[in-house]
Amino acid sequence: MKNVKVLGPGCRNCQATLTLVGEVARAKGIEIQLEKVDQMAEIVRYGILSTPGVVIDGEVVHAGGIPDRKKVESWFGPAA
Amino acid sequence: MSTETSPAETRVLAYWLWGLPLAAAVWVVVYWHLAALADWLVSAAGLSRATHWGEAVHFFLYDTPKVLLLLTGIVFVMGVIQTFFAPERTRALLAGRRLGIGNAMAASLGIVTPFCSCSAVPLFIGFLSAGVPLGITFSFLIAAPMVNEIALVLLLGLFGWTVAALYLGMGLLIAIVAGLIIGELKMERYLEDWVRAIHQGAAVAPSGTGYGWVERFEAGWRHVREIVGKVWPYVLVGIGLGAAIHGFVPEDFMASFMGRDVWWAVPAAVVLGVPMYTNAAGILPIVEALIGKGAALGTTLAFMMSVIALSAPEMLILRKVLKWPLIATFIGVVATGILLVGYVFNLVL
Repeated sequence: MKNVKVLGPGCRNCQATLTLVGEVARAKGIEIQLEKVDQMAEIVRYGILSTPGVVIDGEVVHAGGIPDRKKVESWFGPAA
Repeated sequence: MSTETSPAETRVLAYWLWGLPLAAAVWVVVYWHLAALADWLVSAAGLSRATHWGEAVHFFLYDTPKVLLLLTGIVFVMGVIQTFFAPERTRALLAGRRLGIGNAMAASLGIVTPFCSCSAVPLFIGFLSAGVPLGITFSFLIAAPMVNEIALVLLLGLFGWTVAALYLGMGLLIAIVAGLIIGELKMERYLEDWVRAIHQGAAVAPSGTGYGWVERFEAGWRHVREIVGKVWPYVLVGIGLGAAIHGFVPEDFMASFMGRDVWWAVPAAVVLGVPMYTNAAGILPIVEALIGKGAALGTTLAFMMSVIALSAPEMLILRKVLKWPLIATFIGVVATGILLVGYVFNLVL
């Protein structure tokens, strides 16, 4: 199971990203462990400069703005 | 995203290359006929521009499509431009620069680098940990919200290019000088302790890499949906208030307390602006209406800069990384700059 973290202090875009990731994973039938990280000290440790950021299994895959739906789909592999 | 020459990608690109000039042409035609359209709508509704209501409705019907059109156009263009200026790249350009030239670069990059105030903290820490000096980081943080593309284009559309150019020049000057002062004061010790202790993870650059033109255009369109989708209520409220002022406030009413001869008007405008939080798109229609009623341009611009650059919510976000003396210096330096701009504009124009 993939561990997905959405990094962001809790602005609108972060919320939207969280929802989008959950939605895409559900649509693809992939089980993920979705976490929201809103502590600044923790967020900056990943080295991102703009939020929201997305981290999958410890690797930063996105930073800045709501990710494109196509991009999110690519994180969870080809269609199931 | 892998190859740019796949047939599907080429076809999508062709759509964009045909669609964009077409959209631009429609945009221009509509933009040049807005006044006629508003006139026609007002008379079709049985109103006369000689009445308070007629004049207010005309202002609303003219300004709403005008501001929304300007906004959509510029936000699309900026969305595309921003794909060339990821924050990671800006940071690399600024790392290790000296005060002076570095501040000027930071302020200019602040205009084109994508930035939202909820990213202020990670960006701030990211800049510092990569060796961007504190003063230069501040030049960026001041310029990014204040001299933004939306403010510039709306000023251009509503007041003409002299005002837009003066605003750009003055905004950059404030950002550069304020950053220089904060840099010279050597205020690093007023960063919060956890910020100084932090060792940021190795820089990763997931954004802004591997863009093809289709992705850039799509980024522009996403930017439009995101920004225009967020600010349109502010715009409508701003234009509504502007319309009420335009139609119902007597001519020269504002001159008595917002005119250029009232010396305390500029500081009062700056103080009033701090607790207010809106964006350039919402505040400019109000500014336009106030000026029509005799308010001095410098005073109203000082108010606008204060609302955008010195907002209370942003101070609270920055408080997480800065101690009070540094925040106070930041507010003091920027407020002084805005005051000077207010007075200079009142003198010159």
